Amino acid sequence: MSMLPATINFGHRAQALRPFGGRLSRLIGIRRMVVCAGLVVLALGFGLLTLASGDFPVPLGEVFRALVGQAEPSVQMVVVEWRLPRAALALLLGAALGLSGAIFQSITRNPLGSPDIIGFEAGAYTGALLVMVALGGGYLMVAGGALVGGLVTAALVYGLAWRHGVQGFRLIIVGIGVSAMLTAFNKFMLLRAQLEVAMSAAMWDAGSLNGLGLDRLLIAALLLLVLIPASLLLARPMAQLEMGDDAASALGISAERTRVLLMVLGVALIATVTATAGPIGFVALVAPQLARRLTRAAGVALLPSAAMGALLLVAADYLAQRAFAPTQLPVGVVTISLGGMYFAWLLVAEARRQ
Amino acid sequence: MDNSVPHSRLHADDVTIGYDRQVISSNLSVAIPDGSFTVIVGANACGKSTLLRALARLIKPSAGQIVLDGKAISDYPAREVARRLGLLPQSSIAPDGITVADLVARGRYPHQSFLQQWSDADEAAVIAAMKATHITALSHRRVDELSGGQRQRVWIAMVLAQETPLLLLDEPTTYLDITHQIELMELLRALNQRGGKTVTAVLHDLNQACRYGTHLIAMRDGAVVAEGAPRNIMTAELVEAVFGLACVIIEDPIAHTPLVIPRGAPTPVAGV
Repeated sequence: MSMLPATINFGHRAQALRPFGGRLSRLIGIRRMVVCAGLVVLALGFGLLTLASGDFPVPLGEVFRALVGQAEPSVQMVVVEWRLPRAALALLLGAALGLSGAIFQSITRNPLGSPDIIGFEAGAYTGALLVMVALGGGYLMVAGGALVGGLVTAALVYGLAWRHGVQGFRLIIVGIGVSAMLTAFNKFMLLRAQLEVAMSAAMWDAGSLNGLGLDRLLIAALLLLVLIPASLLLARPMAQLEMGDDAASALGISAERTRVLLMVLGVALIATVTATAGPIGFVALVAPQLARRLTRAAGVALLPSAAMGALLLVAADYLAQRAFAPTQLPVGVVTISLGGMYFAWLLVAEARRQ
Repeated sequence: MDNSVPHSRLHADDVTIGYDRQVISSNLSVAIPDGSFTVIVGANACGKSTLLRALARLIKPSAGQIVLDGKAISDYPAREVARRLGLLPQSSIAPDGITVADLVARGRYPHQSFLQQWSDADEAAVIAAMKATHITALSHRRVDELSGGQRQRVWIAMVLAQETPLLLLDEPTTYLDITHQIELMELLRALNQRGGKTVTAVLHDLNQACRYGTHLIAMRDGAVVAEGAPRNIMTAELVEAVFGLACVIIEDPIAHTPLVIPRGAPTPVAGV
């Protein structure tokens, strides 16, 4: 592996890597790498905490043994069957939320262009609710409903915001309007639904990882193991799109096709989350912004946003379980509170700067 | 191969171009001579930028075709076009907080692949592009804290890093003060004469067009009024016909190229 020092001063530490006799080449931003690694380690740490703590505490050593299938059956059941789905889902869904937020913030070139703000999450929830109330379907049908709901909403918002192409700010304003209407419609549906359907749907309304089992984990993991790498593959064209359609096209990118592909992936990610755990607010909005502050990267970065999303959700879920134990909060309540605090801090920081 | 324009890698054959249903130019044929510094001039909204955008494949002609190296440009994969033809659009957005070297490196995109994202060739091209535009010392700076002239040089460096034999620029001197305009024109001339690139630019300043351009295309109402070497075609009648401006043409005392001196209040363009 050749480790040539970059001879260009990038204004940040960067390392050119050209292993295999130059058949593979990458330029690695050192800070970005360190931040990503740190976030992943922290996120996995919270994941382990989730596995270890609860009404029935399990020492970390036992947790590891349970994970490789060598613990007592009772410990095995607690760690693997009860707690693992929750911890793993928190990590996976968090990464999905971070990615989805990053995609839409990049497309709209606006830090507010996140799927929970511009109505795609509400639309996914509408789709899921319609399936639950009208068809009473299982998880896969609900997930399908969420996906269709999210895509229809995205198409609607995109279409309404279209005027010789889509401009980010108009998309956000239209999205906020559509989001408000869909939220009202969702409430209306809950009020009109049969009591037991409404009860379960309302529980889910706040976004919760509570009581999700291995079956959910399996399906969500399968979906996300396709969607997450597919999104990461589009990181470079996405970054080029941030320079404007003309500049991106001049560099060999089909702007409109890339954007539609990114939108479909972004909606699919948020729909998977919504179908699995209900609408979880603020992670998609905040994760890319925090990741950017830490990496000091230009534009929106997908990988750090995913890592930050995973950390935020798994940490928020740990708080949701432990803060008022034995009472369990829906994780959506915690993320919204954390999001509120983030905004308050942002306002104070802005005010101080002026 | 089209034999009627043997020395042009890039030409428009009988194209109709416009936006939505609004036609800007119809049955337009233009060739960019190889090795030339071609300047497209004309009044506002005469279709010069539209032509440039069509040549760069940013808009698709509704009839006719743009031909690049003997083949319709629409038949190429987008990346292949980007390896032959570089474009500096009128407005590009520098991602927030990006540094000069990072932005210039983005010009390498059409040469990169999943496996190759920072090859020796990429690095060499970025170094050369920054050197040619005199921004090597700025490489670590953030683009948003540079002056307008420096920023424009950074964008040009990005297009140079693309290493294309053909270079298109849409009003590259807009927003620059006179010193930076001249600096930029000298740079483009050097790229054309010493760098061997075929340069095509849309410009507003007729005197700069005459001084630096080797081939002039004058447009009005979406059609070419005259084309050729500035010395041969730049007359008071042409300026009158293209811009509706009464003027005299004298010799530029420095470059000995035509110099346009306006007489005063413009006479109205016939038919408007």
